[in-house]
Amino acid sequence: MKKKDLISITDYTREDYLRIMELAADFEKNPNQKLLEGKVVATLFFEPSTRTRLSFETAINRLGGRIIGFSDAGSSSVTKGETLHDTIRMVSNYADLIVMRHPLEGSARYAAEVSSVPVINAGDGANQHPTQTLLDMYSILKTQGSLDNINIFMVGDLKYGRTVHSLLMAMSEFKNPIFNFIAPEELEMPQEYKLFLKERGIRYFEHREFTDIISEADIVYMTRVQKERFNDPIEYEKVKNVYVLRNSMLAHTKPNMRILHPLPRVGEIHTDVDANEKAYYFDQARNGVFAREAIIAHTLNLK
Amino acid sequence: MTDKLKKRLKLKVSAINNGTVIDHIPSESLFKVISILGLDKLKTQVTFGFNFESEKLGNKAVVKVADVFFEDDEINKIALIAPHAKLNIIRDYEVIEKRVVEVPDRIVGIVKCFNPKCITNHEEITTHFSVVSKKPIELKCRYCEKITHEDQMVIK
Repeated sequence: MKKKDLISITDYTREDYLRIMELAADFEKNPNQKLLEGKVVATLFFEPSTRTRLSFETAINRLGGRIIGFSDAGSSSVTKGETLHDTIRMVSNYADLIVMRHPLEGSARYAAEVSSVPVINAGDGANQHPTQTLLDMYSILKTQGSLDNINIFMVGDLKYGRTVHSLLMAMSEFKNPIFNFIAPEELEMPQEYKLFLKERGIRYFEHREFTDIISEADIVYMTRVQKERFNDPIEYEKVKNVYVLRNSMLAHTKPNMRILHPLPRVGEIHTDVDANEKAYYFDQARNGVFAREAIIAHTLNLK
Repeated sequence: MTDKLKKRLKLKVSAINNGTVIDHIPSESLFKVISILGLDKLKTQVTFGFNFESEKLGNKAVVKVADVFFEDDEINKIALIAPHAKLNIIRDYEVIEKRVVEVPDRIVGIVKCFNPKCITNHEEITTHFSVVSKKPIELKCRYCEKITHEDQMVIK
C-alpha cells in the first residue's frame, strides 16, 4: 500500500479533511488511546520550534508511542555535515513515522521520497505547515459548527504568511466560503491565490483599513506583521500599529465570531482582547494536540 | 547575400547521409543543447556550427547528428533553451520529415530552481518541475512549490 505522507495541505482531499475533523473530535473526547503502543515516532527538528514540537510530542505520548529525535540540528549529526538524505534513510530504518521540521523549502517532500516510512511535515521553511491548517480547520468547525458558509477575515501579513495561504486553499473545498483580506499594500494576498479563488468562483474582498468591517466576520484570522519583511523600516513603522486588534473593536461583531492566531503573537492582538470570549487562540493551540493525534492515526491507518 | 552564396554557406556544415539536423538553435544555446542531448558522448559523427545568419533569430546554430533519431521526449528537453528549434530527419540525404520542439509538461533536471532556499539548491537532488505555463514558461518546483519564471531560468 502506498504510504500516506502529509507534506502539503493539497495532499489531502476534502474526504481526508473531514476524516481528520471526525478523528480529532474523537480524540478530544478521549485523548488517551494507546494506538501507538509498541511504535516509535521520530521527531526531527532541524530548526527549533518548541510550540510545534511539544504539540506533536504530546499527541504521540497520548497515543502511547515512543519518541526518538532531536530538537535542533545543532545536537544532531547534521553538524558533522550529514545530508538530509542520509539522516532520513537512517532514521526511517528505526522509526515507524517521521515528523520533521526543516528550514529549507521542499525538504519535507524530498524526505518523503527518500523515507520508507510516512513523513508528516511540521514546517519546511516558508513553504508548508499543513498540520497548522488542519488544527485551524478543526477550530473553525468547533466554534462555527460547520466548515460551510464561513466568512473569514485574514489580517496582517498575507503575502508571506504560509498559514493563511494553506487555510485559504483548504477552506475553498467547502461550500460557499467568503474571504476578506486586510493587509498593507506590500503584504497583500499574492495574485496566484486570488486567481485560485476567481477560478473557483469564490468571493473575496480586499481592504486596507482594519475597521468595523469585521462585524460581518465568522472568523478573524490574525497574523504577525514581521519587521524583516519590509525593505523600508519607515513603512513597517507606519503599518505595524494599524493592524492591531483591540477589545473595543469587537463590540459590534457577531456573537459566533472567534479570533484565531497561529501564535506566537507580538503586538497584533492587544492583551485586552484575551479576556473576551471571542478570543480563541489559546484554545486553538489546545486543539492542535487533538488534530495531530488525528493526523498520526490517519497516516498510520490506526483507526 | 545571393542564393548561391547562401547555399555555399550551408555546405560549410557537411551534409549527412542518415540522421537528424537540428536547426534554428540560438547560437548562445548551442553548447547547452549539446550537453542536454548528450551529443558529446556519442560515437557517431556530429558536426555543428554557430553564428550563422538567421532572419528569425539574428544568428543561429545548427547541429547535424549522423545515424541518430531522437524520441519526442528526448528532443523536447531542449525546448526550454531552443524553443524555435526545427528538426530535419534525413534518410539518404533527403529530408523525410520535419519536426518542431514542444515544451514538455514535466521537466526533470536541466533547470535549477530559482528559490535559493529550495532543498534542491542545497543537496544533490535532481530537480522536478511541472510546467504550469508554456508561454511564457513557468515551472513549478515539485519540492518547494515555487514558480520559476522564464526570465529566472538557469540551466544546470
